[in-house]
Amino acid sequence: MSRDSGAEVVLRLDRITKRFGALTANDAVSLTLRRGEVVALLGENGAGKTTLMNILFGHYVADAGSVEVFGRPLPPGNPRAALAAGVGMVHQHFTLAGNLTVLENIRLGTEGLWSRSYAGAREKVARLSRDFGLSVDPDARVGRLSVGERQRVEILKALYRDARVLILDEPTAVLTPQEAEALFATLRKATARGLSVIFISHKLHEVMGVADRCVVLRHGRVVGEVDTHATDKAALAALMVGGELSLPRAEARTPGPVLMRLDQVSTPDRGAAPGLKAVSLELRAGQITGLAGVSGNGQAALAEIVGGLALPAAGQLWLHGQEPETWTPREALARGVARIPEDRHHQGSIADFDLTENAVLEGYRTRFSRRGWMDWRAARAFAEGIIKGYDVRCPGPETRIRLLSGGNMQKLILGRALAPGPDIILANQPVRGLDVGAIAYVQAQLIAARDRGAAVLLISEDLDEIMSLSDVVHVMSQGRLSPAFARGTMTAAELGLWMAGQKFGEAHAA
Amino acid sequence: MRLETIPNPSAARKVGLPALALLATLGVAMLLALIAGANPFAVLGQIARGALGSKLAILETLNRATPLIFTGLAVAVAFRAKLWNIGAEAQLYAGAIVAVVLGTGALGSPLVLPVSAGAAMLAGAALLLGPVLLKTRLGVDEVVTTLLLNFIMLLFVSYLLEGPMKDPMGMGWPKSPALIPEARLPRIVEGLRLHWGFALAIIAAVAVWVIQTRTTLGFEIRAVGQNPEAARFAGMPVNAVLVKTALLSGGLAALAGWSEVAGLKGHLSSDLSPGFGYTGIIVAMLALLHPLGVVVTAIFVAGIFVGSDAMSRAAGVPTYIADMLLATALLFMVLAILLTKMRVVRG
Ligand SMILES: Nc1ncnc2c1ncn2[C@@H]1O[C@H](COP(=O)(O)OP(=O)(O)OP(=O)(O)O)[C@@H](O)[C@H]1O
Ligand SMILES: [Mg+2]
Repeated sequence: MSRDSGAEVVLRLDRITKRFGALTANDAVSLTLRRGEVVALLGENGAGKTTLMNILFGHYVADAGSVEVFGRPLPPGNPRAALAAGVGMVHQHFTLAGNLTVLENIRLGTEGLWSRSYAGAREKVARLSRDFGLSVDPDARVGRLSVGERQRVEILKALYRDARVLILDEPTAVLTPQEAEALFATLRKATARGLSVIFISHKLHEVMGVADRCVVLRHGRVVGEVDTHATDKAALAALMVGGELSLPRAEARTPGPVLMRLDQVSTPDRGAAPGLKAVSLELRAGQITGLAGVSGNGQAALAEIVGGLALPAAGQLWLHGQEPETWTPREALARGVARIPEDRHHQGSIADFDLTENAVLEGYRTRFSRRGWMDWRAARAFAEGIIKGYDVRCPGPETRIRLLSGGNMQKLILGRALAPGPDIILANQPVRGLDVGAIAYVQAQLIAARDRGAAVLLISEDLDEIMSLSDVVHVMSQGRLSPAFARGTMTAAELGLWMAGQKFGEAHAA
Repeated sequence: MRLETIPNPSAARKVGLPALALLATLGVAMLLALIAGANPFAVLGQIARGALGSKLAILETLNRATPLIFTGLAVAVAFRAKLWNIGAEAQLYAGAIVAVVLGTGALGSPLVLPVSAGAAMLAGAALLLGPVLLKTRLGVDEVVTTLLLNFIMLLFVSYLLEGPMKDPMGMGWPKSPALIPEARLPRIVEGLRLHWGFALAIIAAVAVWVIQTRTTLGFEIRAVGQNPEAARFAGMPVNAVLVKTALLSGGLAALAGWSEVAGLKGHLSSDLSPGFGYTGIIVAMLALLHPLGVVVTAIFVAGIFVGSDAMSRAAGVPTYIADMLLATALLFMVLAILLTKMRVVRG
């Protein structure tokens, strides 16, 4: 990648400070970005990365400091001015209208409400798609697109507005590894054309791969700035958390009895997403079962059954040796099944509820009420316990959860799920969007739960995570489940072949 | 022109805009008065005096507010769960019918009042049960079903008043026989024209507020309204919560009709409600669905109606001005609420 410290400065943030009440989210943060450069913005959950980008883009007004784009100061609090100056932002949570087509979404906001000329727009979008390798059908409804496609639309939208500076806030958190690769290819094309990129990610290997320079924030302050080729992952991680850090490893352990068993379970396909195809799975006490695979291969259907949201269309579900008569989320919770949902915004939390209310969402009936009366005092104490125990960075339990940084939201959900001491834990992408410190913490919690006898089902796209935590590994592909592989019996390459679906035929033939 | 969200709306915006909306409403009122050929300031003064100018006026306003508090609560409860009950009018008449059926001698004293109030609530709840079951089972839009039920109910009431329920002594008027004295709600203070229905409405408002903030049901209702997917994931029985919400909402709306018959009118006629069910929607929206706010906005709305009546008699400006005032107040308020969160930008 081209990196020329003499290149023109396109963006300069100067001593930006932003406070939310008592909390200082950004403390005199300065940052420069040059033409054709990729700068990675790193930092723990709640370090202030998104806040800084929101100030740059005009969503928030800084309490102090200034923003300069191409040498000209940007008026604060004005996203249109930022857009006009050539700053494009792809948010951590997408902002597309699902009921409109790709083309309509891209045009939205650039044209007035009433104009209806599409020919020019179509041509421009086609050209951008070609130039940057962003293939997507301009007439598809956005609501039907995959996450990866939606992100391409977001980037196209920014490029359509002639962005010269692209801000990507955790773009890869929800992408499959393949989609992430495609995104990096696009970024390389973009920088080759002189665009500059600010890239936020918690995945250090990605940062090492695409960034020229890394700026590390901690508690709202810049604590380090390093050239990527002069550092390594361990050093970056240490900078982020302010000390050494080692990811927990689960030691082998003899598993206990089977707590949950799926027997030849099938579910119907759902559009492009395959249903389960005669899946048999055992979850044992004191064992972490890892489920590897590219997402969209039936993991969602499996998670719904384990979590109590759906019943098998065919086959049986056994819980503690019995077939449950009813199987609902409430029943699952009552039987000691904890669920960490994949989608924390839509399934895991209620945006306008405060942290206390979100903390008791699952336990309000059994643990935080008496005869139909809420016990808010106990609820609040519980929320405070999670906030302290899981280091949820927030102003307090009466904060609305929508104001939390992504990682902190996840920590609250995790605390809620693990607090009752569940027997069976469904952890669906539990560390998505978490910083390295939080990942270590969450993984340690899952291991601790296993060690006290819980059965853990860990669904993840991250093979490293699966391989370091799981006692047994299954691979999912096209709704089919591979046999169980014991810890250490498979290499990543072999699992990759299963993920690609190549091994299933052989297994059947044998 | 486009709308743009404001991340942290300032306090000035949050208070100032609704205040501006009220001022704008007053402006429209004065304009209307001018068009009707009257002195705008005099008209406003007369509305205020008609609503609050004397003990009698105040009591009249509170009487008029009573059914509006009930229907406003009914709407506020349902809308919180995003259950769009537009049928408070029908549920109101269901309650009124029960008041007549049980209050004209079918039941002796002293049980008649509590029993008929309970039965009225059940009738209103039952009336909303159909639409909500259609919604939860078959996905039928409740806006349509509850709205249509209003017309069916009005026709049914006309039929009753022309047939089985017609007062034989009514000299041909389509009205029901009068309630027996034991079935009438007494006045709160002897000699003052304000019945216990008003006190009951206040109690209902407090009860709804307590339910919403203190009980598991209230927690469920708010959760289901804000994010049904997360509510379901967390183990809330979403459909059961909607049904319970509907029962509560229908029951509250029915109390409006019941208290009008038992407290004020003493009989049922087809003009019992001048659209209290629909006005309840305005009352609830103006109160931002807060149950205690409903009491305030119901009195405000009732005051405009009562005041306009008085003004109309004195100044000769038609009472339609009251409807137009409320409509403008609602529109401006909705706009003000939108503009606290969004701003309009050019381009
Ligand atoms: N509008 C707001 N009001 C109050 N506090 C806020 C607001 N927005 C952000 N915060 C707080 O500011 C801090 C920084 O949040 P920010 O979203 O910038 O973190 P982040 O670095 O992007 O974290 P993550 O990696 O988890 O996304 C957090 O503690 C968050 O709770
Ligand atoms: Mg963030």
